[in-house]
Amino acid sequence: MLNNEIIKLKLTEKFGDQLTNWDEPYGMLTFIAPKDLNLKVIQFLYDDAELRFRFLTDLQAVHYPDRKGEELAVVYHLHNLVDNVRIRLKIFADIEKPDVFSATALYRSANHMERETYDFFGVNFIGHPNLKRILNVDEMDYFPMRKQYPVEDQSRIDKDDEMFGR
Amino acid sequence: MNEHIILPEGSIEKQTNTLNLGPTHPATHGVFQNILELDGERILKSTSTIGYIHRAFEKIAERRPLYQITPLTDRLNYCSSPINNMGWHITCEKLLGVKTPKRVDYLRVIIMELARISDHLICNSIVGVDTGAFTGFLYVMQYRELIYEIYEEICGSRLTTTIGRIGGFERNFTPAAFQKLEKFLKEYPKVLKEFENLFTRNRIFMDRTIGCGPIGAEKALNYGFTGPNLRAAGVDYDVRVHTPYSSYEDFDFIIPVGTTGDCYDRFLVRNEEMWQSLSIIEQAYQKVQEFKGADAEVFHADAPAYYLPEKKDVYTKMEALIYHFKIVMGETAIPEGEVYSCVEGANGELGFYLISDGGRTPYRLHFRRPCFIYYQAFEELVKGGMLSDAIVTMSSLNLIAGEMDA
Repeated sequence: MLNNEIIKLKLTEKFGDQLTNWDEPYGMLTFIAPKDLNLKVIQFLYDDAELRFRFLTDLQAVHYPDRKGEELAVVYHLHNLVDNVRIRLKIFADIEKPDVFSATALYRSANHMERETYDFFGVNFIGHPNLKRILNVDEMDYFPMRKQYPVEDQSRIDKDDEMFGR
Repeated sequence: MNEHIILPEGSIEKQTNTLNLGPTHPATHGVFQNILELDGERILKSTSTIGYIHRAFEKIAERRPLYQITPLTDRLNYCSSPINNMGWHITCEKLLGVKTPKRVDYLRVIIMELARISDHLICNSIVGVDTGAFTGFLYVMQYRELIYEIYEEICGSRLTTTIGRIGGFERNFTPAAFQKLEKFLKEYPKVLKEFENLFTRNRIFMDRTIGCGPIGAEKALNYGFTGPNLRAAGVDYDVRVHTPYSSYEDFDFIIPVGTTGDCYDRFLVRNEEMWQSLSIIEQAYQKVQEFKGADAEVFHADAPAYYLPEKKDVYTKMEALIYHFKIVMGETAIPEGEVYSCVEGANGELGFYLISDGGRTPYRLHFRRPCFIYYQAFEELVKGGMLSDAIVTMSSLNLIAGEMDA
């Protein structure tokens, strides 16, 4: 039966100490891979006869403005449906040059998810067949989920609500 | 069957039409657009545009305390909002380490399965409408109404329910709620049987749906299908069984699977799931009735820091007043951590990825919306088929615009 130790062992055997920050928050194996290795790691997880992570559950990004040089984290949730094990893989990219290899060749489901991630965070997925905005308007010239854009502009004066002191 | 001869460029016979299906076409059942390239009635190419009702839930959630996010989840898949609410509360409980009592779990199961029935009922009857059978849709509407009355009895609202709290429910189920549930359990099987008779062996319905919009198991997995659509393709993946939440492991039910993954199989899988849900509700109701005395009054976990105290305690007890204030004003800090938790929504795996940095609001919250992910297969499913098949395929995929656009 596949478990977190076996996955960790197999991955360290293959990639050595390039994979870091091993953790198991709430039972889900989590680790960080170098940005350029993301496809190699995912391909290994997909192809290996024992690992078989062939279902991409989720893909999204997180913006950490305080981590200089690696502000954008792209998080993959992979699922092995046969043994019912999930893992979480993170990669960090520089916000000035957020180029990440696309997983669309492996998982067709990554198409919309990567477009969404591009739309909201500006992660540039290299190799994506149709990387353009999906939920926001095409004319938008910024990436709204980044932390520098607060939910509501506190300096707005056209919205006067004296009941709630806005 | 779906082969099509593409004529050379500049050919005198090459006459294709471009048709905008949506964003406000009545047959799209929601706000999304498909630009179809048609040769006669055959679809050569389809390009879909979504995002017309995007409301930036993920961004809003970054500035809202946990309780204020519940109404946002209502508006994802609004045909079965209790499942979304429960999914969100279960995610919070996982992060906060709140353990719910068994009775709460069973009550939640009842509500979630009712929601699943109402969602499947809408989806299946809409497939009927799109193939030309309006009667079924109007007939079952009455029983969706009964389900909504049960919600109403528990939380006061019907469509966007915001039902439950972190750790349980806002109040115990009233005797009226149980009476309505009993009425539903008694009357519904007959109705479902009749609904089934109307469609399953109906010649017109079968002709319209068999072989329409099929997808194989391998491809469905690659496209990220989950829920009834994946099961119709023959993969027995169900979150309720694979990652049980809310004590689903205590119940006895089967996962119906199809073989071809076409519209007919999707219809049959949903239909059988309704029977299974009905059996789960019966089992859960039986288990709920087994609680006697003080146990029968339990409807929430003992988590004073997150569960809103009773109003009469707020007026008389200092502690309750403090907790009430902190919860209402959103001043409770969320412990640091990151958690992914998922429930079996009515149309697939509904996941919540919550990252907290120890502040009062989530640092990042992502909703894994099942139909956003499997909608990308639509372009391929309808290619080479007839325009009228595309309409049926769309409704049988159970696409909910609110969920797709978040």
